[in-house]
Amino acid sequence: MNAIKSLDDLKNVREAALAKRKLSENDGSTQVIVGMGTCGIAAGARETMKSVLDYIEANNLENVTVTQTGCIGLCEQEPIMQVVLSGKEKVTYGKVNPDVAKKIMKDHVGSGTVVQDHLITL
Amino acid sequence: MKELSLHILDIAENSVNAGASNIEITVLENINKDKLTIIIKDNGKGMDAETVQHITDPFITSRTTRKVGLGLPFLKAAAEACQGNLKIQSQPGIGTEIEVNFQRSHIDRMPLGDLKTTFLNLLIGYPQVHWIFNYQIDEKRFMLDDNPIKEILAGVSLSEPSVINYLKNVITEGIEEIVQDNY
Repeated sequence: MNAIKSLDDLKNVREAALAKRKLSENDGSTQVIVGMGTCGIAAGARETMKSVLDYIEANNLENVTVTQTGCIGLCEQEPIMQVVLSGKEKVTYGKVNPDVAKKIMKDHVGSGTVVQDHLITL
Repeated sequence: MKELSLHILDIAENSVNAGASNIEITVLENINKDKLTIIIKDNGKGMDAETVQHITDPFITSRTTRKVGLGLPFLKAAAEACQGNLKIQSQPGIGTEIEVNFQRSHIDRMPLGDLKTTFLNLLIGYPQVHWIFNYQIDEKRFMLDDNPIKEILAGVSLSEPSVINYLKNVITEGIEEIVQDNY
């Protein structure tokens, strides 16, 4: 195990993240929530979330918090993904496969344009 | 569900919903004894004896959004189809421990699947939970306790790109190290 070495790496990761955060302090943060109840998982939500994390990593997208949630009662629409831009209302998307998730990350999270095709009106 | 690691993700979700702040997931593969065991232990609100008795009935759930709960019944059926079983120990106010056993070589045993992504999703998706992941194949063991990581990060989000990258590498390397000789 190289645990000690990798925790040292992590300290550098933290320093770097903090330095960047200072530069972009007025950006505000975005929340992305993926439904991960039994219904969501059976419909492929794990891969949807993986796609979101991969997108953030590949595009170096700062200030996005990704979390999971349980079943919200719209099982037929799973996988479900929700986006909350800083100071905006929550937007809910349905049938979000990994490709749709990437599009939402690019258009909505990246440039603030809601992806109309997969929108669910609650 | 097509993979045991999807079931793990699902059962861990139950623990989160039960208000657990500590969740420990253990996957044990014993090749000589031909056994695969999954244990998910939490310090959530727990269940009384009567609820435990009925918990694998699909029409019992604590959820209010819909009236059926399929997670545990699915997993129990999967285990029983492989000469295995599912055991539940729970105490109100203390927590719950779910243990599932499979005959490892059983033709109907679904693959463990993408355990890395299951661990990564849980770790990032529920940052408020203290996670401990164990994966052991015979004598070889991968263990990840997220406490030291969170202490160092001290408030930096787990979904920052560089942190995702770090966590992904730690989990991938750790799991690959113990898996490589067996498959």
